[in-house]
Amino acid sequence: MTGAGRLSLLLARRIAMLVVTLVAASIALFLVLDILPGDPALVMLGTEARPDTLAALRREMGLDQPALVRYVTWIGGVAVGDFGISYTWRVPVASLIAERLAVTVPLAVMAIVLSTLIAVPVGVIAAAAHGRTLDWMIVSFAQVGVAVPNFWIGILLVLGFSIGLGWFPAGGFPGWQAGVGAGLSALILPSVALALPQAAILARVTRSAVLEVVGEDYIRTARAKGLTARQALWRHGLRNALIPVVTILGLQVPVLIAGAILIENVFALPGLGRLIFQALGQRDLIVLKDVALLLAGLVIIVNGLVDIAYTLIDPRLKDRLA
Amino acid sequence: MKRVLAAVVVAGLAAVAWPSAVGAQARDQLVLGMQLEPPHLDPTAGAAGAIREVTYANLFEGLTRLDRRGQVQPQLAERWTISPDGLSYRFSLRAGVRFHDGTPFDSASVKFTLERAMAPDSTNAQKQLFEPIASIETPDPLTVVITLKRPTASFLYNLAWGDAVMMAPGSVATNRERPIGTGPFRFDSRTPGDRVVLVKNPDHRDAATIALNRVVFRFISDPQAQVAALRAGDVDAFPNLGPAEAVDGFRRDARFTVAIGNTEGETILALNNSKAPFTDVRVRRAIAHAIDKGAVIDGAMSGTAKPIGSHFSPNHPAYVDLTSRYPYNPAEARRLLAEAGVRDLRVTLRLPPPAYARRSGEIIAAMLADVGITATIEAVEFPRWLETVFRNADFDMTIIAHTEPMDINIYGRPTYYFRYQNHARLQAIMDEVERTGDEAARNRLYGDAQRLLSEDAVNVFLFQLPKIGVWNARLEGLWENSPLQANDVTGVRWRN
Repeated sequence: MTGAGRLSLLLARRIAMLVVTLVAASIALFLVLDILPGDPALVMLGTEARPDTLAALRREMGLDQPALVRYVTWIGGVAVGDFGISYTWRVPVASLIAERLAVTVPLAVMAIVLSTLIAVPVGVIAAAAHGRTLDWMIVSFAQVGVAVPNFWIGILLVLGFSIGLGWFPAGGFPGWQAGVGAGLSALILPSVALALPQAAILARVTRSAVLEVVGEDYIRTARAKGLTARQALWRHGLRNALIPVVTILGLQVPVLIAGAILIENVFALPGLGRLIFQALGQRDLIVLKDVALLLAGLVIIVNGLVDIAYTLIDPRLKDRLA
Repeated sequence: MKRVLAAVVVAGLAAVAWPSAVGAQARDQLVLGMQLEPPHLDPTAGAAGAIREVTYANLFEGLTRLDRRGQVQPQLAERWTISPDGLSYRFSLRAGVRFHDGTPFDSASVKFTLERAMAPDSTNAQKQLFEPIASIETPDPLTVVITLKRPTASFLYNLAWGDAVMMAPGSVATNRERPIGTGPFRFDSRTPGDRVVLVKNPDHRDAATIALNRVVFRFISDPQAQVAALRAGDVDAFPNLGPAEAVDGFRRDARFTVAIGNTEGETILALNNSKAPFTDVRVRRAIAHAIDKGAVIDGAMSGTAKPIGSHFSPNHPAYVDLTSRYPYNPAEARRLLAEAGVRDLRVTLRLPPPAYARRSGEIIAAMLADVGITATIEAVEFPRWLETVFRNADFDMTIIAHTEPMDINIYGRPTYYFRYQNHARLQAIMDEVERTGDEAARNRLYGDAQRLLSEDAVNVFLFQLPKIGVWNARLEGLWENSPLQANDVTGVRWRN
C-alpha cells in the first residue's frame, strides 16, 4: 500500500469513529440533560407565571412532546445542519454558535500559538541548561505557572494593563465590525491569561522530553558527526521530543475550552464558554445539547489530528497505525 | 532586524490599544453596565429583569409608568377617570404618538396589547396583572374604556409594570430581536453576550429634554470584571453593582458617585411551614430570635442593606417597622426550641447562586448552630432552585430575595412554596385592600398584613436587598432606588 493510501485509510477510519462516538455522545447528552431538574419555561417566565402560561410556552417550544420524539427531532435536524431555535434567545442555534465561535476560535488560536511559542524554546533552553541555575529558575517558574489559575492571572493582567496603564480594555468585545484592531485588542489580555498556565505545562513536558532524548545514541552520533551540542539538540533532539509535546497540546484543547469558560467570564467576552454558562443558567437545553455535541466532535477531531501529526513527526508510525 | 521587528510589534500593540482611550470623551453617550444579559428584548414575553432594565421607560412605554419614587404617573395615557364603583376606567390617550417604525399609536394598539397579554396562548410572565379586566372598548382612536370584573385598587399601578407596555400588531413577532416601542430611545444594535445599543428617537415628544444621543448597555456578570470596567472607564455607570465589598474602594475614589438605595427585594430566610417542626410557631420564632440581622448584613452585604421585620419594602408609605419584634437572643431561641420539644434538629439550607444568598447562608448556618440547629448548606443553581424549592416545595430552608414590587399578597396563596398556614386570613386583608379606594385606609390594611406575618413568624425577614449604584461623578439623573426593575436614562445627563 502507498503512503497516501494508508493515510486515507487512516482518515476513513477516523471519520467512522467520529460518527459513532458522536451518536453515542448525543444519546448520553440528551439523557443527562433530560434528567437534569429545571424547567426551561419556568426559568423564562419566573415565579409569577401562571400554569396556563407555562403550558403555552412549553407547547411553543415543543417541550410537551415525548422524549423520543424530541430526541429524533433534534438529532434529525442536526444531521441536516438544522440545530434548532434557542429557547432563550429565540434565534437559530447555528447562528448563535457561529457568532460565539468568532470570539472563541481566535482566542483559542492565539492562546495555543502563544503558549507554544513560549513553551518550546523555554523548555529546550531549560533542558540545555540542565542542573544549572537557569534550569532551576525556569522549572520553578513553570511550577508556579501550573499552580496559578488562569482567571487569577486574568485579574492581575486587568489590574496592570487596563486599570493601571490603560493600554487595553478591561473586558468586553466590541465585535469584529468595530475593526480588527479593536477586536484583537480585546482578545490580547485574555489570550495571555489563557496561554501562560498552558505554556508552563508545555514547557515542563518539553524539558523532560528533550532531557530524555539527549541521552540517546543518535545524539551521540550527531555529535560525532561534528555538530555542536546545541545543533544536535535543536536538529535531532527537538524533533524526537515533539511527540509527547504534541500529545499534551492535543490533550490541552479541552482544557483550553474549559479555561475559556472562566476567562470569558472574567473578561466579559461573548464566546462559546460564556454561551454554555448562560445556557446552563437558563436551561436552554437545545443550545446546551448543540454546543456539547460540537465540543465532543471537536475533541474527537483534535485527537484524530494528533494521531495524524504523530505520523508526520515520526514516519515509522505510519505502518503501525494503518 | 530583531530590533525593527520589536519596534513594529510595539507600534502594532499601541495602534491596537489606542481606540479604547478615545471613546471616553463623548458627552452625549452613556455606557451603562448590567450584571445579567437580557435573553431577548420583549418584556411581554419573559420574566427576566434584565429585559426591563434595558427597555423600561427608554424603549417601551405603557399607559402609566412608575417614577423614581415608585409613584404612578401618566405616560401614553394623558389622563383618566374612574367610575364611582371603581369598575370602569376611561383613558384619554396622548395624540400624535408613533411607534419607532412609524405605525401610529391609538386605542386599537391598547386593545391589541392587552388582549394579547390576556389570551389563552399568552406567554406574558405576569398574566395575573390583566386578570381583572372584563372588557376593553375603543369609542374613538384616543379613548379607551376598560371595564373590570371587580374593583382593583392596584390597577393603574399594575398597568405601569414592564409587562404591560404598548406594542403594535405589526412588530410583536419580531420584538424579541428588534423591539419597536414608542419610547424616547430606539433600538440600534445588539452584540449578543456583550451589549445592546439604543439611540435617541428624534420624533419623541420629549426629545428636546433628552440629553443622551446614544446609550450602550454592557453585560458583565463577573463581579471583579464589573469593578475593573468601572475603574478602567470602560463603563460609565453600574446602577446595580454586584460586589457589595467593592463599595468602600469606590467611596474613597473622587471619580465616582456611590448611591446606595433600596430595591423591592425582600430578602428572607424562607421556612417550609408545611414541614415539621416548622409547623410550630414557637420553632419559627426561635429561629427568628437566633439570627442577628445586623451581623448578616455586615458580613454578607458589607453593611449596605436595611433590615426588615416583615415582607414589605421600607420605600413604601405603608411600611411598618417591625424589626424589633424578634431581637437577636440565642438564649430565648433555645428556650423556645426546648418548649416546643425540638432537640438536635437537622435541616438543609438550600441556596440559589446570588452572592446575597450564598454569603448570608454561611453566616446564618453558624448562627443556627449556636442554638443547636444543624443546617447543612446545599448550593444549587437557579433552574434547580425553581424546580425543587419553588415549584415542588421540597425544602426545609432557603434564602431568596422576592424582587417583585408590592408582593405581600403571595402570602395569601395556599400553595406558595413556603406554605403559609394562615393564608386565608392574609388573603382576606388583600381582598379588602383591593376594594378600598382611600389610600390612608389601604395603608392601614397593609400595616395589619405586615403585623400578621411578623406575629406568625412565617419566614425570617432579613433585609431589603440594596441597589448599589456606582457611576462617574459627572453623571446625574440616574435612579437611586429601584421601585421596579428599570434603568430609566431619560433624565440622565453629563455635567461639564
